[in-house]
Amino acid sequence: MKTPLRELWTGFRSLLTGMRVTLTQFFKPPVTVPYPYATLPIPERYRGHIELVRDPETGMSLCVACKSCEKACPSGCIVVEGIKREGDKKKSPTVFTVDFTRCSLCGSCVEVCPTEALRFSRRYNLAGTDREAYFLDLLKRLQAQAASTPTPATKA
Amino acid sequence: MTLPEPYRLAAFVLGALAFVGLNAAYLVWVERKGAARFQRRPGPTEVGPEGLLQPIADAIKLLSKQVIVPPGADALLFRLAPAVVMAPALMTFAVLPFGAHLTARPMSVGLLLAVAFGSINVMAILLGGWASRNKYAIISAARVVSQNVAYEIPLLLVVITLLMITGTLDLSEIVRQQAGGFWRWNVFKLWVNPLMPVTFVIFFICLLAETNRAPFDMAEAESELVAGAFTEYAGMGFGVFFMAEYANIVVGCALATALFLGGWQSPFGIGSGVGWFLLKLYLLIFTVVWIRWTFPRTQFYGLLNLSWKILIPISLGTLGLTSVLLKFIRP
Repeated sequence: MKTPLRELWTGFRSLLTGMRVTLTQFFKPPVTVPYPYATLPIPERYRGHIELVRDPETGMSLCVACKSCEKACPSGCIVVEGIKREGDKKKSPTVFTVDFTRCSLCGSCVEVCPTEALRFSRRYNLAGTDREAYFLDLLKRLQAQAASTPTPATKA
Repeated sequence: MTLPEPYRLAAFVLGALAFVGLNAAYLVWVERKGAARFQRRPGPTEVGPEGLLQPIADAIKLLSKQVIVPPGADALLFRLAPAVVMAPALMTFAVLPFGAHLTARPMSVGLLLAVAFGSINVMAILLGGWASRNKYAIISAARVVSQNVAYEIPLLLVVITLLMITGTLDLSEIVRQQAGGFWRWNVFKLWVNPLMPVTFVIFFICLLAETNRAPFDMAEAESELVAGAFTEYAGMGFGVFFMAEYANIVVGCALATALFLGGWQSPFGIGSGVGWFLLKLYLLIFTVVWIRWTFPRTQFYGLLNLSWKILIPISLGTLGLTSVLLKFIRP
């Protein structure tokens, strides 16, 4: 007689404990992020599509159009063309496009780059309604970035 | 304060309909908001400030949907079931004592009427499940019946215990007997029966089971029965079932308030009024939501075991104890 009653009491008490736990959660603020209105900080090492790195001194790309990335890309989605401009010691890119529909984000291009001119972007809102949005022109992207955040060199 | 009879009747009918409609709509909002807060989410925020217009948006969506009667279903019963589930809940509002003078029809058999109409709800779900011609719906209908048969017994035993103490079925009279401070409420009448709080807990558990609320929502166990008896219902047919669920919760919690928590009586003995009734009512309803989002759904065997092996023996015990104490201790 005693054991079933004690079992009943401990069982009932455990229910109350559970209710106390949920009630304490009830009065705490929500932990979710209302996504379109707020976003979580994107981690430093997030692997988005690749983008060109700017030379902090000149504000231009560090790329020397060596085409190592084009060759290293297993999906063949990078196209680089470059010319040697008058007075420059090295070549500079005239075309740098990525077909992101085929990219597998393996990072071979970033690893192989001799001048560390490539990095992963932290762009993650990558939904789109047409295919053309994913044929990325990285030189244009670099110019857009330069326009929004000028380096000391370009300001001067 | 006393209107001529036809106007009084019309006022109460309108009032009850408005109260049920408002509660059914906004308890959905309370439920969703409460569920969200228990899970540390914000809940509905998009439609109106704090999502307050969400119930209206939901109602418009449901009203604009087609009511489809599945082929092979019993069309009459299928369409009748939502009406049958809603009507008894509305009827019970006739006897609920909201305030000292705020009862549509104070009846000497008020409690009996409330309990009698309360169990029609089960028949409606059975009808809906049976008429749907859907195997999940039929399983759900069978479950609802055995669940409600099992929980009606401890519920009524507890009500009888209470009746022996109050000596009347008139809900207003029961509340009037609990006047003068919270220690006079039936749930704290420990000198009559030291197990009064236990009877209240049993009543509340049975209320959850009778209204098919989690953790006893075996009728609508989504993970196993799709939506149980409501599987085939679309549009407002489903909407009415949904509203009836909340209307039944309001009725159940109002009964618990009137029977155990002193109805409109203030806990300090002064300043009694409708406000106290509504406050107690909504605290109980909040507890119902709280329980739903705390405990997972029980197994069907566990559900029946709880009733037959625990609740019925205990409620029989309190019934016996009360009768003995009433006989020998009070003159």
